[in-house]
Order: sequence, then C-alpha cells, then structure tokens
Amino acid sequence: MAKVIFDADLCKGCGLCVDACPKGILQIAKDKINKKGHSPAEMTDESKCIGCAFCATMCPDCVITVER
Amino acid sequence: MAVVFQKPKALTDAPLHYCPGCTHGIIHRLVAEAIDELGIEGKTVGVAPVGCSVMAYDYFACDMVEAAHGRAPAVATGLKRALPENIIFTYQGDGDLASIGMAETVHAATRNENITVIFVNNAIYGMTGGQMAPTSLPGQVTQTSPYGRDTATVGFPIRVSEMLSTLDGPEFIQRVAVNNVKNINAAKKAIKKAFQNQVEGKGFSLVEVVSTCPTNWGLTPQKALEWVEEKMIPYYPLGVYKDRSANKEEK
Repeated sequence: MAKVIFDADLCKGCGLCVDACPKGILQIAKDKINKKGHSPAEMTDESKCIGCAFCATMCPDCVITVER
Repeated sequence: MAVVFQKPKALTDAPLHYCPGCTHGIIHRLVAEAIDELGIEGKTVGVAPVGCSVMAYDYFACDMVEAAHGRAPAVATGLKRALPENIIFTYQGDGDLASIGMAETVHAATRNENITVIFVNNAIYGMTGGQMAPTSLPGQVTQTSPYGRDTATVGFPIRVSEMLSTLDGPEFIQRVAVNNVKNINAAKKAIKKAFQNQVEGKGFSLVEVVSTCPTNWGLTPQKALEWVEEKMIPYYPLGVYKDRSANKEEK
C-alpha cells in the first residue's frame, strides 16, 4: 500500500505526472483551484497505487511525496 | 511506511517561478539530489546564469553567486581557484552557455577547470520571449525565425557536447534528456557523476540536459516532451561524449 501526498498549492497543473502514471490513476482536478489559480493534480483511486514514484520523478515542481 | 520520494534538502521551499511543465524544475531537483547524496551542501557554491534560471539562487539552499550573462564558467573558475576545497557548479541555459558565454565555456573546458557545469539546452531563448538560439533546430519557428531557422543565412545549430569533446582538456561530457522517467534516471546518474568528479579532483565535467520550453515552443507540456523525443534527440544524440578516467581504466 503506497501513499502519495500532493502539496497542491505548489502544483501548476501541467499534467506531466498524469501521463507518467503507469496505473492511470492521476488526473487534473476539474472542480478545484489552488492558491496560484491552477487546477492541481489529484489521485482518483489510491488503492491501485503501486508507489513507483514515476509521478514524483516527472513533477517539475516537487509537489509529490511518495511513501511506501 | 518509508518515504521513497521527497523534495531534496538542497532545494529551498521557494515555489519555482518556471512555466507549468517546464523541465527546469526537474533539473533543479536532480542537481539538488546529487548535492544531497554526496553530502556536500555545506561547501557547495552555485553560479546562476542569466536566462530563465536567473533566479536559481532563490531555489538552491547552498551559497549562490549571480554571474553576468554567459560568464558563469569564468566566475566559477575564480571561485574554485580561491576556494579549492569548495564544490563549484554552474547552471546555464543555451543562450547563456552556447551564445554569449561560448568563449568562457570553451576556455574553462580546455583549461580543465575543476568545476561542474549543468547546461540546459532547450533550443530557444526562453526568458526573453522565444527568440532563435544558437541551438535552435533547422527549420524551427521562433520569434526571430518566423519562417523557420534558415541555415543558409543563420547557420547551423551548435552541438556543444560534441564540440567540447574534441578538446583534450575536459574530463567528462555527457548529454542526457529529461523527457521521460528512464532518461531522468540516466540524467540523475550523469549529474551525480559530474559532481563526484569534482569531489575527486578530476576536472571539468559538463552535463548537457536536453530540456523543454512548452511556452515558447507553443506546445502543451506533454507535446513538448514528444517534441524532444521526435526532434531534439535525433539532432542532439544522447550519450557520453568524453570520460577520460573511464578511458584510462580501460587502457
């Protein structure tokens, strides 16, 4: 069971993590907006996460912390 | 549960000002991870360039010096000679290193100054709004080449890694990319090696990182990564161009 923590206010909604996720469980939030005015990335189904940290590796803004 | 991935300590908490999807952030992180892993944050001095990464001094937790445009290798030379025990790195873009700073770069390389140079090549001038850079690809549309780069009038892109590797001076030159996880992991290894070389006193180490500029390329961050794969990497092949100590070991 892995845990992915997003520092949503740092996110710029570029979506690089969404494409990097091998399980396809990340998305850009449709109904949220952060301090900077971007729609941040979020996880749809935490139970499917394998903790590979691909999302965090691709993230240019160090938004993501991965625990496993 | 153990933390398997978190922000490196050598980066400050300042939010990066780069555009969404700009891979400068990834490269900053790789540099910071190398500094963390080698445990050299306390004695590292970075030299920031002019360009998009001009504010790098806000983001790295080590001491930083801001150089005049293109002069980072010259400033780093001075720092390294005055403070030989410290670890000196420069972080430069293609407009900084390959254009106005070409002389400083080539001469620092040929003198084999014991410094680490991180060269971010995104084939365009980012900060000033997307003008043609020395590294812009043939036919690439930019603000100053609206019909595409015409090699008959403005010449061909400069392949910095290949060019510097013809010199006898430099210790280590490698070109990497940050367009996918595999390449990022390879880039991390190369950047760490470039710092390790300096710690061991081996000499001039340059890592050219093929990067993106979604804003000025006029592409989404995802399309920009594809453009790197399809256009940039064929023109700028990845690989180790020079590794003197590895060659010595083979002999």
